[in-house]
Amino acid sequence: MMEIGLSHYLVLSTILFAIGLVGVMRRKNLLLLFFSTEILLNSVNIAFAAISHYYGDLTGQMFAFFVIAIAASEVAVGLGLLIVWHKRHNNIDLDTMSSMKG
Amino acid sequence: MELFLYTALFAPFVGSMFAAFFGASPKTLIAGIVPSIMLGVSLISSTVLLVFVLSTGQHVQVEMMTWMHTGNLYIPFGFNVDQITVTMMMVVTIVSTVVHVYAIGYMSHDKAFNRFFAWLSAFVFSMMILVMSDNFAGLFIGWEGVGVCSWALIGFWYHKESATWAANEAFIMNRIADLGMLIGIFLIYWNTGTLQYAESFEAMKHLDTDILTSIGIFLFIGAMGKSAQFPLHTWLADAMEGPTPVSALIHAATMVTAGVYLVVRSNELYALIPNVGLFIASLGAFVAIFAATMALVNRDIKRVIAYSTLSQLGYMFAAAGLGAYWVALFHLMAHAFFKALLFLGGGNVMHAMNDELDPFKMGGLGKTMKGTMILMTLASVALAGLFPLAGFFSKDMILEAAFVEHHYIIYTVLLLTAGLTAFYSFRIIALIFHGEDRHTALGFHPHEAYPFMIKAMLPLAVLAAIAGFARPYYFDMVTAILPDTEYHIHSAATYWIMTIGTQLFVITAIYFAYKKYMSSDIKVPDGTSDMENSFKYKLLINQYYIPHFYEEFLVKPYRSLSRVFWKEIDMKIVDATVDGIANIIYSTGENTRGMQSGNLSTMLKWMVTGLVILLSLAVAFGMAAKYTNLGV
Repeated sequence: MMEIGLSHYLVLSTILFAIGLVGVMRRKNLLLLFFSTEILLNSVNIAFAAISHYYGDLTGQMFAFFVIAIAASEVAVGLGLLIVWHKRHNNIDLDTMSSMKG
Repeated sequence: MELFLYTALFAPFVGSMFAAFFGASPKTLIAGIVPSIMLGVSLISSTVLLVFVLSTGQHVQVEMMTWMHTGNLYIPFGFNVDQITVTMMMVVTIVSTVVHVYAIGYMSHDKAFNRFFAWLSAFVFSMMILVMSDNFAGLFIGWEGVGVCSWALIGFWYHKESATWAANEAFIMNRIADLGMLIGIFLIYWNTGTLQYAESFEAMKHLDTDILTSIGIFLFIGAMGKSAQFPLHTWLADAMEGPTPVSALIHAATMVTAGVYLVVRSNELYALIPNVGLFIASLGAFVAIFAATMALVNRDIKRVIAYSTLSQLGYMFAAAGLGAYWVALFHLMAHAFFKALLFLGGGNVMHAMNDELDPFKMGGLGKTMKGTMILMTLASVALAGLFPLAGFFSKDMILEAAFVEHHYIIYTVLLLTAGLTAFYSFRIIALIFHGEDRHTALGFHPHEAYPFMIKAMLPLAVLAAIAGFARPYYFDMVTAILPDTEYHIHSAATYWIMTIGTQLFVITAIYFAYKKYMSSDIKVPDGTSDMENSFKYKLLINQYYIPHFYEEFLVKPYRSLSRVFWKEIDMKIVDATVDGIANIIYSTGENTRGMQSGNLSTMLKWMVTGLVILLSLAVAFGMAAKYTNLGV
């Protein structure tokens, strides 16, 4: 039976981060972009928690809580904007969001 | 007295500013009259100062304001009127007043009438600063000021290529000399710690001879440029491109004598270094005969007079170099009067002949231009140095000084020059006013100048005639501050032989000039006669090929060097570098502006790219630091 150690968590975190990154780059749907962002943030949270446990220092886990809180508020604001956008334009496709283009 | 000092100094400035207000408008008579009146005011103030200095023997010293005061350097705008200054002020204001009045008539048909008076008065203001300043810095301001005004007035008819060329030549040549002068001034400050005349000359008495010699030489280089001494002489003849009143005022009477003024002013310095003085005297004697020979053959009346100016400046330097400063200053004064008169007369002739300057095309003008003929003949007699006109007293003194100081070579050269001077002066007089009428056949219809122009010239004529008699009074005045060496030849017999001999020599030269150039077989030279094809003639008419030499060996190499610097270094290195940097930035912007598509997805991709790059850099640097032990 293999002991699950720090490196496993970090590998998981990295894989999740890569998935999130690809999602951020490839997805054209704003909703799915938010999902990808959540994956990114949570991959980091895993890394924080694992390392915190490894060193026996609670700072990392505390930081993960902050990240969760910020992620939650970000999603709240983001989803609000998304709903407004959808009401106006009837889609949430990223390629149509270019009104800031110079 | 301070009031008169300021009036004398600033009245020309006011006149200049007044005329400058009308600078761009067509001829306004008042723009010529007001500067002339202002010059008159300046003349009266100078006279008051002269009387004051003459009667009390005191100096008028004012300090208008501080110019620079940093650390140990203290330079005020200070003015000092002493015996030398007041002489110069009188010369400058008398000649410039006459020239201003004359120019109202001379320039009356010129469309840039107003601009002319603005510059002419500005010149007088600069000249007054030059002579009145009580320190070398103020002298230098005036020195540069007259240079600028001279440039603007030589190139006054700037639509003529030759005029702009001559203006630039004069300016650049003076700039070369001014560098020498500036170095001299720096040396004075460096070694004496002050630029005030009185204090620095006092401090010089305790300085090493080597330092004094270099100061003397550098200051004299400045004087050589302004007074057109060899080898910086070529600009003066070319400066005749300017209007004739300018030639009379600037290039005969005042500005070109600034170099002599500088040497006379620095007499306490040059008294300490007699070797430099001897060099100055030798150069002066050389220039005297050198310029006189060029004047012998020239076929342009203004150039002949210009060479004669050069030659007379040589006399002044010869006197100053021998330590006869008061004689130099006296000749400066006398020369200013008769030479300005000669130039103004030449201006009348030019006007009468529609700007034709070749005396061979004139002849017999005396019938129509009696007034001008009399004035010019008088000026030439004074220039030739015949008794009892001014030139006799001043020039004779220089010859005597050379003789008494046992510089017989200088004496002989100057004596020969006196004969040449008489010959070329009367050569042009004979060609212009006497002999056969050659101008009617060429289609000229000469007329005399306006009567008021002739009247304006009269004061100069009177002064040229009688200034010589003022010599004893003059001697008493200036020797209060200049070495009071009297030059008396010990044996009375020698004195009379010399004086009468000189006079006879001069009269013979005049006689030959008349005999040769009044004859009826004088024709307009067409380049076929034996004389014109002789080597001597070619050498002289081409000014000893010195302008050619400068053109071939200085101007052309300099031009090609400049071309190399421009094409190879400036264009290919300096410009290319600057342009290259700009092009890199420009093309970077051009190539990367595609990133800013406004598409969120694209921007996110770029963000990730940036993150990856920064991360890899961080890793790379971390590795590098680790393996080079820098991080440890």
